[in-house]
Amino acid sequence: MIAEIGHYALVLALGLAVIQAVVPVIGARLNDPTLMAVAEPVAIAQFGFVALSFAALTASYVSSDFSVANVVINSHSTMPLIYKFTSVWGNHEGSMLLWVLILTLFGALVALFSANLPAMLRADALGIQALIALAFHLFILVTSNPFARLQEPPFEGRDLNPVLQDFGLAVHPPFLYLGYVGFSVTFSFAVAALIEGRIDAAWARWVRPWALAAWMALTLGIAMGSYWAYYELGWGGWWFWDPVENASLMPWLAGTALLHSAVVMEKRNALKVWTILLAILAFSLSLIGTFLVRSGVLTSVHAFATDPTRGVFILGILVFFIGGALSLYAWRAPALKQGGLFAPISREGALVFNNLFLTTVCATIFVGTLYPLALEAITAEKISVGAPFFNATVGVLAIPLLFAVPFGPLLAWKRGDLLGAAQRLIAAFGISLVVIVAAFAFFGAKGVLAPAAIGLAVFIMIGALTDIAERTQVINQPSNAFRRAAGLPRGAWGTAVAHLGVGIALLGIVCESNFGSEHIASVKPSQTVALAGYDLTFEGAVPRQGPNYRELVAKFTIRRDGQIVGVMEPTKRSFAARAASTTEAALMARGVSQLYLSLGEPGTDGSIVVRAYYKPLVLLIWLGAIVMFAGGALSLSDRRLRVGAPKPSRSSILQSAK
Amino acid sequence: MTMRARSQVRTSFLTALVVAMLSIGPTFAVQPDEMLTDPALEARARVLSRELRCMVCQNQSIDDSDAPLAKDLRLLVREQLKGGSTDQQVLDFLVARYGEFVLLNPRVTAHSVLLWVIPFGILVFGAAAIVLVTRRRGSLAHDSRNNLERLTANEQQRINALLDASDRNS
Repeated sequence: MIAEIGHYALVLALGLAVIQAVVPVIGARLNDPTLMAVAEPVAIAQFGFVALSFAALTASYVSSDFSVANVVINSHSTMPLIYKFTSVWGNHEGSMLLWVLILTLFGALVALFSANLPAMLRADALGIQALIALAFHLFILVTSNPFARLQEPPFEGRDLNPVLQDFGLAVHPPFLYLGYVGFSVTFSFAVAALIEGRIDAAWARWVRPWALAAWMALTLGIAMGSYWAYYELGWGGWWFWDPVENASLMPWLAGTALLHSAVVMEKRNALKVWTILLAILAFSLSLIGTFLVRSGVLTSVHAFATDPTRGVFILGILVFFIGGALSLYAWRAPALKQGGLFAPISREGALVFNNLFLTTVCATIFVGTLYPLALEAITAEKISVGAPFFNATVGVLAIPLLFAVPFGPLLAWKRGDLLGAAQRLIAAFGISLVVIVAAFAFFGAKGVLAPAAIGLAVFIMIGALTDIAERTQVINQPSNAFRRAAGLPRGAWGTAVAHLGVGIALLGIVCESNFGSEHIASVKPSQTVALAGYDLTFEGAVPRQGPNYRELVAKFTIRRDGQIVGVMEPTKRSFAARAASTTEAALMARGVSQLYLSLGEPGTDGSIVVRAYYKPLVLLIWLGAIVMFAGGALSLSDRRLRVGAPKPSRSSILQSAK
Repeated sequence: MTMRARSQVRTSFLTALVVAMLSIGPTFAVQPDEMLTDPALEARARVLSRELRCMVCQNQSIDDSDAPLAKDLRLLVREQLKGGSTDQQVLDFLVARYGEFVLLNPRVTAHSVLLWVIPFGILVFGAAAIVLVTRRRGSLAHDSRNNLERLTANEQQRINALLDASDRNS
């Protein structure tokens, strides 16, 4: 019964989506406030029904209802409770249900927090939002029903894929989807603005909080996915340039560009046509990512979904929304009025520079990911485009982009002073030069590139703090600095903190990839391995029984200068229900660096193969992402951006002046 | 539906990255017994291994993969290095044997030249477009500015009020 309720609720949500996609849009054309007002309650109700559907699937999982096919394939009665919750989205059907849950959640939030929007824009945006939901409701109901029953229910489920039985599954997909789907709001607003044929700075002010929220979630989602792969895969890598990772990075890059161009649009009423395009592209890239992963078109590790009906269906959704939006753009954008002018050296100019490079990086990843596919389709020739290609191209493109980061906030709007900005960054230059020289003296054997990259990271970090330090006069007049710091707009803090996060992440990336050490050996009990100043003594391996697996636990005592600093226990798990095994790496944080131990095959003589890594400053990679997230949160809390907050005095003056 | 549901084992979105890499087998790439005794040679072998694709895996280098083919390729690379081949010779040898598909970093050939040209082409094209648009709009603005009439006293007053307000706000 519960599964049927879930199924039926989804059908009702589909019906509501049809109403929401049609009635308010007609209302907007007829300028009928009653019809337009339909959007709000329907959007909320639609979310309610999808939530009910999602709850029904969750209930089926938690109660281990093995008459539901989806539960049989992805669950097991002995699985710990948390994984019974998370396995709801640890499969194709359930993850699509999570997708529409978040999509309709955003629809409901837009309905709730957009009372101060012009009625027509609001009705159109909610209509577009419902059109997207409609397509995905149909997709689930037609090709991916998670509520299908089995005629003869088995006694036991087939268990969730062991690798997914991890806390990572609880946090990574929801945040990733919040990011992906969050960009649907900016997309809907962009299309609605194109339909109306009128956009202004106010549009950017409404859209920026949504773009910022989506960007924050995506930042965190990608970072958590990366950390999960890092500790779960067992060879210490944290980014593989896999097509599916690229699929998540592309909307992030487009979204980052969108955040920056929307600032120009909001403050200076410029770059409007470009910002609209980015808003369309960010969600289009999310859709393309969904298509790539869900259709099985990529010769990627993720190409599990080999059912062509799904691929063709998503391709249809893709072509309709991206093609439709871009056609509308090509038709209406030339009619949009151009905004304010600015000199090349200005805040706007710096943000254009930022957009140029972010877009190029995004396009590079797009081409690199799809090129082998296109080449094979056209010439039947197979080539590989892997990590070395992306590291080389993205690495080169990132240098000017990263170097420019500290300059942007120091340039004035309209006409900036590059020399002046450089002079204000003199302290950042000086400190990073000292760091480069010190790093070179210390690690000279590694060449100049790594120390220079460390210097760049330091430059970004100090540069990010320069603006704040100057505006609070913390150096000249420290006594009043606190009061001034509190008086600074949160947006300024957000920029500084997010840029600081970029520098922190870069420092982690550079140090981890250049100065890490590795030791692979076959060890016998009581044998010791030396690694980066630590002595790792293998104490022996013992079997242990887990809730739904058995594991072999190897115990290592870690010493530094003869002193015990801890014990590490990497394990190998075997899951009977799936006849599959995983290696669980052991990690020990030393400050922000980590020791990383992962097990290989045990020998017959009590020996075991162990892969030991020392990863200097590796935690900074993800800490940097968290700091970027915090920067976004600070910006989002800025009064100017707060959803539903009264407009600041300046804009009301502007309006009365019109 | 039930048959189809039964026949398909599906995994979640991005998370499947983790899955597939592990479902190939218990992870382990380079084994201690494969390694060369000469550390310089072994280091070169490791660098080369990261540039070579395990062709039966998806998007994994032979350095990361535990497929038997990856092991064979790792041993082959080390054999070639021991025989005195340069890095380039090792790569050429593997390409001759397995085709361009084995290289994770594609060489510039007639077929892959676009891959290398497009990124920097976009950068150059984008920069040129920005310069052109700014120039054109700059000159338009210049023309229109010459045609502007002087502000009335009332307009000037409003502007001053706006500027004051924005100073107070920023």
